[in-house]
Amino acid sequence: MIDSERSLSSAARRQWLRGAGAAGLAGIAGAPLLAGCASAAALPGRTRVLVVGGGYGGATAAKYVRLFSGGRIDVVLVEPNEAFVSCPASNLVLGGSRTIADMTTPYDTLAGRHGVRLARDTVAAIDAAKKTATLASGATIAWDKLILSPGIELMWDSIGGLKDANASGRILQAWKAGPETVALRRQLEAMPDGGTFAITIPEAPYRCPPGPYERACQVAAYFKAQKPRSKVLILDANPDVTSKGPLFKKVWAESYPGMVEYRGQHKATAVDAKANTVKFEVQEDVKADVLNVLPTMRAGAIAVQTGLANMNARWCGVNYQTFESAVAKDIHVLGDSIQIAPGMPKSGHMANNHAKVAAAAVVAQLAGWEVNPAPMLTNTCYSFVDAKRVIHVASVHEYVAAEKTFKTVAGSGGVSAGPTELEGEYAWNWARTIWADALG
Amino acid sequence: MRSLLRTPSAAVLAAAWLLAGAAPARAADDVAALRTAALAATCASCHGTAGRAVDRSVVPGLAGMPRDRFIAQMKDFRGENTRKATVMHQLAKGYSEAQIEQLAAYFAAQKP
Repeated sequence: MIDSERSLSSAARRQWLRGAGAAGLAGIAGAPLLAGCASAAALPGRTRVLVVGGGYGGATAAKYVRLFSGGRIDVVLVEPNEAFVSCPASNLVLGGSRTIADMTTPYDTLAGRHGVRLARDTVAAIDAAKKTATLASGATIAWDKLILSPGIELMWDSIGGLKDANASGRILQAWKAGPETVALRRQLEAMPDGGTFAITIPEAPYRCPPGPYERACQVAAYFKAQKPRSKVLILDANPDVTSKGPLFKKVWAESYPGMVEYRGQHKATAVDAKANTVKFEVQEDVKADVLNVLPTMRAGAIAVQTGLANMNARWCGVNYQTFESAVAKDIHVLGDSIQIAPGMPKSGHMANNHAKVAAAAVVAQLAGWEVNPAPMLTNTCYSFVDAKRVIHVASVHEYVAAEKTFKTVAGSGGVSAGPTELEGEYAWNWARTIWADALG
Repeated sequence: MRSLLRTPSAAVLAAAWLLAGAAPARAADDVAALRTAALAATCASCHGTAGRAVDRSVVPGLAGMPRDRFIAQMKDFRGENTRKATVMHQLAKGYSEAQIEQLAAYFAAQKP
């Protein structure tokens, strides 16, 4: 384990203070920061903080390192996509009440308002010893602190035939929101009334525990309005619904009777794209008109490639006090890629909160200060059960130093009593607010 | 850029950082300010960065909320006769009284 309370050497700290004092808003070795002109400027050869991945974790971390340091620590954010597309709430695109444009937020405010330098690129390789990252375009950037928030990698090979079926556009995942979300909506629109939509769910942990069940509700809401003889099949590798189980089951029974069917213990092993069939470890094959197959997931590829996925070769172990990797000094890992403590779901809200703990730790460590001995996290996951009604699960987590882990605060947290339109208003407000908190 | 670290007790962190070899007492204030800002950031996901709500928000902004009002509301959410709420009665129980005091002072000092 890395000692989280390690300070910078006194020489490094003096250099840091001198740099901050002498250069003002510029980093000690970086070129002067021109807020708003980041896209036009060449990337610097080095930066104090390099953030990899502009999702809920990375975008928030980039912004909050700037805010917590009063603009004194320079930050470069590497992200290949032109704009942020939210996974949370994107099931509404499948239900038809929102569009993918509603889920999309540009990155330019991070540069214009907060002075984050944006590199529209991907990181091809990280050298943890030399503390450099090489981008796909060929540029190399040296960093003092790396904040890695690469999301998840879908393990195509965990389900036979799925990789090709996905590449051909036949069997979609739509678990990374974007073009596949729109394509899956088109498949649902093209499906005749009386058809079947089936979603398969991998064993936990996976990104967004309630997401598949929310998706089933959204597809059912669309069918109920437009294709009432159709069916929604949920084929879950887990023995039972992994999140908000009683609430979802009540919704399926009361709002979508005879339409939604849940089957646990269905671990998908292979697909036959031509026959539109899924094969399972134990159970009978299932044929459906529209198949949405979610494979096993692990930490984003760059984290695995860098050797950070030390837990079952899938997830990245971190020091929860700082989110510093358990195996690589000065690399902090956020979001869905980490090995979670009990009760910490892989959610966008959680990634946003990881990012703030990590940003504060990075700022403290670069300043040579003791890091916060008692960081806190919150989580609120809203699920839309139709276009307007919502249920939630919420929790508060405190770092327990004696056990070096996060624990839910006793007596806190809980779920909705039942779906309401009031929570629907709060849910959409949550989405708009957290997008602004990460990117605005 | 607006600093997140505006608190009644500590100067803006940034100002102190510009002084190489800042006095130890000042550094301690800065460390505390950073921790308070990080604690308050747990509220920001739903209430807005530094408590500033988004346009047309249906949840209240917290920036500039008087200290006593913040504390009274959190006590209502935490109390036995739990104030009717959808989420806040569950989240408020996750914070200690000392943390609520810290948050109240922080948000009262933020520009709405």
